Amino acid sequence: MGYVAVKGGAAAIENAEQFSMIRRAGGASELLKPDQIREQLHFAVDRVMSEGSLYAPELAALAFKQSAGDTLEAAFILRSYRTTLPRLGYGAPMNTDDMRPIRRISAAFKDIPGGQLLGPTPDYTLRLLDFDLQDESPDHTRRMMARLFKDTESIDPLPERFPKVVDMLRREGLLVPRPSAGGNDDRLVDITRQALTFPAPRSAQLQTLARGETGGMLALAYSNMRGYGSVHPVIGELRVGYLPLRYPNPVTGEVETVGDMLVTEAEVISRIGETDGPARFSLGYGLCFGHNETKAIAMAVLDRAVATGEPATPSEDQEFVLTHVDGIESMGFCNHYKLPHYVTFQSELDRLRNIQAGQSKREEIRS
Amino acid sequence: MTPGLPSEATPPVADWRDAMPSNRHRYSYAFLDEGAKREIRRKMLKAVAIPGCQVGFGSREMPIARGWGTGGLQLTLALIGPDDVLKVIDQGADDSVNAVNIKKFVQRVTDVPLTTDTAAATLIQTRHRIPESPLGPHQLLVFQVPIPEPLRLVEPSERKTRRMHAEADYSRMWLYLYEDIVKFNEITVGARYPVIVNRRYLMDPSPIPRWDVPKLNRGEALFLFCAGREKRIYAVPPHTEVTPLSFEDFAFRVEDFHGRRCERCGAGHSFLDEVVDDESGRRTYSCSDTAFCDQRSRQNRQGSR
Repeated sequence: MGYVAVKGGAAAIENAEQFSMIRRAGGASELLKPDQIREQLHFAVDRVMSEGSLYAPELAALAFKQSAGDTLEAAFILRSYRTTLPRLGYGAPMNTDDMRPIRRISAAFKDIPGGQLLGPTPDYTLRLLDFDLQDESPDHTRRMMARLFKDTESIDPLPERFPKVVDMLRREGLLVPRPSAGGNDDRLVDITRQALTFPAPRSAQLQTLARGETGGMLALAYSNMRGYGSVHPVIGELRVGYLPLRYPNPVTGEVETVGDMLVTEAEVISRIGETDGPARFSLGYGLCFGHNETKAIAMAVLDRAVATGEPATPSEDQEFVLTHVDGIESMGFCNHYKLPHYVTFQSELDRLRNIQAGQSKREEIRS
Repeated sequence: MTPGLPSEATPPVADWRDAMPSNRHRYSYAFLDEGAKREIRRKMLKAVAIPGCQVGFGSREMPIARGWGTGGLQLTLALIGPDDVLKVIDQGADDSVNAVNIKKFVQRVTDVPLTTDTAAATLIQTRHRIPESPLGPHQLLVFQVPIPEPLRLVEPSERKTRRMHAEADYSRMWLYLYEDIVKFNEITVGARYPVIVNRRYLMDPSPIPRWDVPKLNRGEALFLFCAGREKRIYAVPPHTEVTPLSFEDFAFRVEDFHGRRCERCGAGHSFLDEVVDDESGRRTYSCSDTAFCDQRSRQNRQGSR
């Protein structure tokens, strides 16, 4: 028979796995170490942690290495590892006021209490390809660092906490009150243990967005900002920093700090709300693991967009947004079309042939 | 069971796996933790109690991609035990890529014996087919489901389709089929043909061909369906009435293989794969159910001896 059906035996499948390993690691260059990835490709690591929904920089770096730089695939590997971990308990709620920021800006006010803190960002750098990086030397980097830190001793240390910009607005009565986070019984839901139902409570909404895929969320949020929607965001405050992770001691019950995690938080002020009572600004909230400003802002815009009572565009429809932002789900479904579908196709062929046969028969009768 | 610790339930390690103890002992028996298995089994019981009704569950991420059978796999892993004999098929074939992948994984985490023999299996996971040989009361058939919602064809919103199910309002589905007949003098739905279960719920039988739909009606085995990505479980218990949507004057029709036979085993009453020869363009046919075809070929050889 001249036809080879897509029935790879076990051997062919194993070979395919081996080939992809060789393609990743079979070249002449030195093999990447996960700690190099963790330090030097930190945006990729952060993205993988955020979309994989597991704060584990070492494992995210390993997944990124294993997937040869495919963030969707790396997040998928991390997510399926996460599912095997026992759930030991729930941490204490975190107050992001306690964040130790490395970057903090507001687009709403020129000066804010505590000041604008630009921190590490490529935002203001010209996007010129830096050919010097081809032969970057550790010595050169050390000299740059020495120059940068030369004056630090005479500079006042940063405050441990910064007041929240939106809190100022809230105190003045300019913001709508915080919406309730829970469901019907006001309890927080856990989307890894319950399937989403709609309308989804805000806790489910924020959890889903927090593990959403950056590109997918950006596309939806962008459609809204551009005109298929009405959120005209003003970034009240954008923070990147370390949040202390607090957990009740299983013996004493006392809440203790067990570590910290890098997160990005965006609070987006949107147009004056139509809710009952006095006119007020509304707010969208975004928070994700790691340093990923695009995602945090897109999340805040979507959080606000789906709060619109009567959705008129896709990005305002909670069900539409929440069922399409997960990268692991959308990528998996997109790629499953590569699997054989010849039984279903045979079934469709049968229908089409029958329709065509019927049509030609009717034409014969007519002529 | 605590992941990371080998348990008593873990079967003895066989030869080649000795080389990878770290992978082996990191995971529970049948991969899912016991809490997850319990939840999935409870949801299955609920699904069995309300035939054809979609039950939401906390679908876990699996090490195979969403859309590649993570739903079916979760049911298989929640059900499987050391006494089971597993068969996995994709498009009717035991050696198709998806089936091989899933089998390899389940065996790695359970060590259950595998079979291609339909009658010998206690648990069969399938993508897109129901085996040709009738199943018995001791057998479970687990379907991989891409889109559990039959109404998705006419209504994209989950919120609205749930209401339609609650009210048993399937008028839009009927209308869809009626309009097809008006436009094409034929229903265009090929596989995934909508059925009514127990005279109540409209159900997506998963993308099986229409050929397999009658096998769901008053079957002996328990049929379990699961969509991992969409997080839904549903079931057709044994001896349950399953009827495809049809009109009095426009009957349900399975795929027409009239006058065609399997090149290999000569079967004239099985679902056939159409095979086009590269060179001559000649079309030949062979059984989609490879185990069925193998068995018949063996019998033919014995008979001619």
